[in-house]
Formats: sequence, C-alpha cells, structure tokens
Amino acid sequence: MLTIAGHTLKSRLLVGTGKFSSAQVMREALEASGSEMVTVALRRVDLEDPADDIMRVLDRERFLFLPNTSGARDSDEAVRLARMARAAGGGDWLKLEVTPDPRTLLPDPVETLRATEILVADGFKVLPYINADPILALKLQDIGAAAVMPLGAPIGTNLGLLTRFQVRIIIEQARVPVIVDAGLGLPSHAAEAMEIGADAVLVNTAIAVAGDPVRMARAFALAVEAGREAYEAGAGRRLEMAEASSPETGLGFLR
Amino acid sequence: MRLICNGKTMTIRDGMSLEELIQELELNPDAVVAECDGRIARREEYATSILKDGMVVELIRFVGGG
Repeated sequence: MLTIAGHTLKSRLLVGTGKFSSAQVMREALEASGSEMVTVALRRVDLEDPADDIMRVLDRERFLFLPNTSGARDSDEAVRLARMARAAGGGDWLKLEVTPDPRTLLPDPVETLRATEILVADGFKVLPYINADPILALKLQDIGAAAVMPLGAPIGTNLGLLTRFQVRIIIEQARVPVIVDAGLGLPSHAAEAMEIGADAVLVNTAIAVAGDPVRMARAFALAVEAGREAYEAGAGRRLEMAEASSPETGLGFLR
Repeated sequence: MRLICNGKTMTIRDGMSLEELIQELELNPDAVVAECDGRIARREEYATSILKDGMVVELIRFVGGG
C-alpha cells in the first residue's frame, strides 16, 4: 500500500490524462491501468469550442484528482493555478510544476521550492515535480512536500530512467514517497524505477500515444506490480565472475 | 457595457451577473472557475457577482494533462 499525506492507495501507478485520442480511450485506459490517482491540467475555456468537460468523463469516486500547474513559468503563476484548481473543485492535492523553458520543460528548482513553501502554508498537499536532485528533494520534504516527483527523463520523451543514479539517492534519503514522473516510455522503465525502490510512478505519454493505449496501460500496471514485488523480495547479489547454478560435484563419471 | 472575457472583448447588458455570463456562453457554472480582475470568485458568489465595465474575466476549466 502506498500512503501519501495520510491517503492510502492500492495502485502504485499514477496516470496522466493528456494526449488521449478520445475520452472513451482515456476512460478505458484508466480502467486498465488500475490507477486510483490521475492528473489533470487547468486551461482557459475555448469560447468558440467548449469541448467536453473532463470532470464529467472521470468518476471522482474512483479517481483521486491531482491537478497540475503545467504551463506555469514561475512560482506566482503556479500559485495562481493552484488556487484556481482548488476553486474549481480539484481539492487540496497538487502536482506542482514550474517549467520556464518550453524546449526542455525542465523544472525550475528555485521557483518550485518557493511555490511549495507558499502552497504548503496554504493547506495544499504538494507533490513537486523536480529534476532528480537529491539535495532539492531533501529541502522540499523538510518544508512539507507530501511527496517528491523526480523526473526519469524530460516530459513526453519516453526515454526512460536516465536519472537512475540520482533517483537511487533520493529514494535512499526520502522520508516522503518518491514518485518517478516524466519520461518513462516503456513498462520496463517503470519496472526499473520500482525495482530500485520508487514508491510509485506517473505515466501519461507512453500510454496515451501507444498503438493501443488500453493494452499499454495494462502493461504498465503489470510492470509496476512486478517491479514493486522484486524490490520487496530483495535483489540477489551481483558477481564479477560466473558462479555455476548446477552442482559442481558429481561429474566424476565424465572424465 | 464591455468587458474582456478569455482575451476577447464582449458587449454585455448592464447588471449582468457572472452566473448569467457563464450561462449565456453555454457553459456549466459548476465546471468552470472564474477569475474577475485577478480575484477568484467562489462558486456561491457567481449569482451575486455583478460584472463591471472594463472587467477582465477568465473562465478556466480542467482538461486532460500529465
């Protein structure tokens, strides 16, 4: 069981709701993922084309909403988005994203720290999206972040756990859940993060843009479960040289 | 009377409430959050918030996102 800010979740897979080809595919993929926590974004209503409201598509009884502050370039914008999310009925949960550079979408650590401080004081359960920086992760948990969300690779890239070394250190030091977010492109990437002890992963693009998003969601669910089971089982040791798996005795009859 | 809603200049009748504006735009008032001149309006204030000339209104909603 995964507990974030006192809330318990059975599934360690969090899913994003962006980029799906239709509301129907998204709904089926979320179902197949077994996820209980999903991210949503806030945007201006297009008055020319007010598309279907995502709140009507998603069952709030089944999914805990984790609104994000995507699009925020500094702490002021992030705080404004956070307060709007709460006013829109998004609750107190918040995936804090501050990404000033649209090319890399890498998070701004200084502004993220500043916004976390403000939002924690304002009663939000803040889950900051961060670069895989162990020092920053410690500082964020010290000021009250509910979890930390280090990236595996830049958002939407599907490149995998490029930050493995740093994520290991973050996990080793963390007293709050570590959720590897962004860049995980395949179930094996998610399993790798879980095997080294991540508490959960958040996946969006890899599922939404897959050939069959529903099957890919299921594949991620299996991988996350397998990775967690392996972590809890404890990995066997590594050796530099071979060690026979079959008995080395009882071969006298051969020679 | 004119105001700016989601970046567009609009002409509305005097004394219109925020709730009426949202309904006129064929939006569900329960599914949008409104900000008037930078201040977030609480849902229960929509009906009593009377729009003013030159006001800047933002109507925001949840969409799919990571």
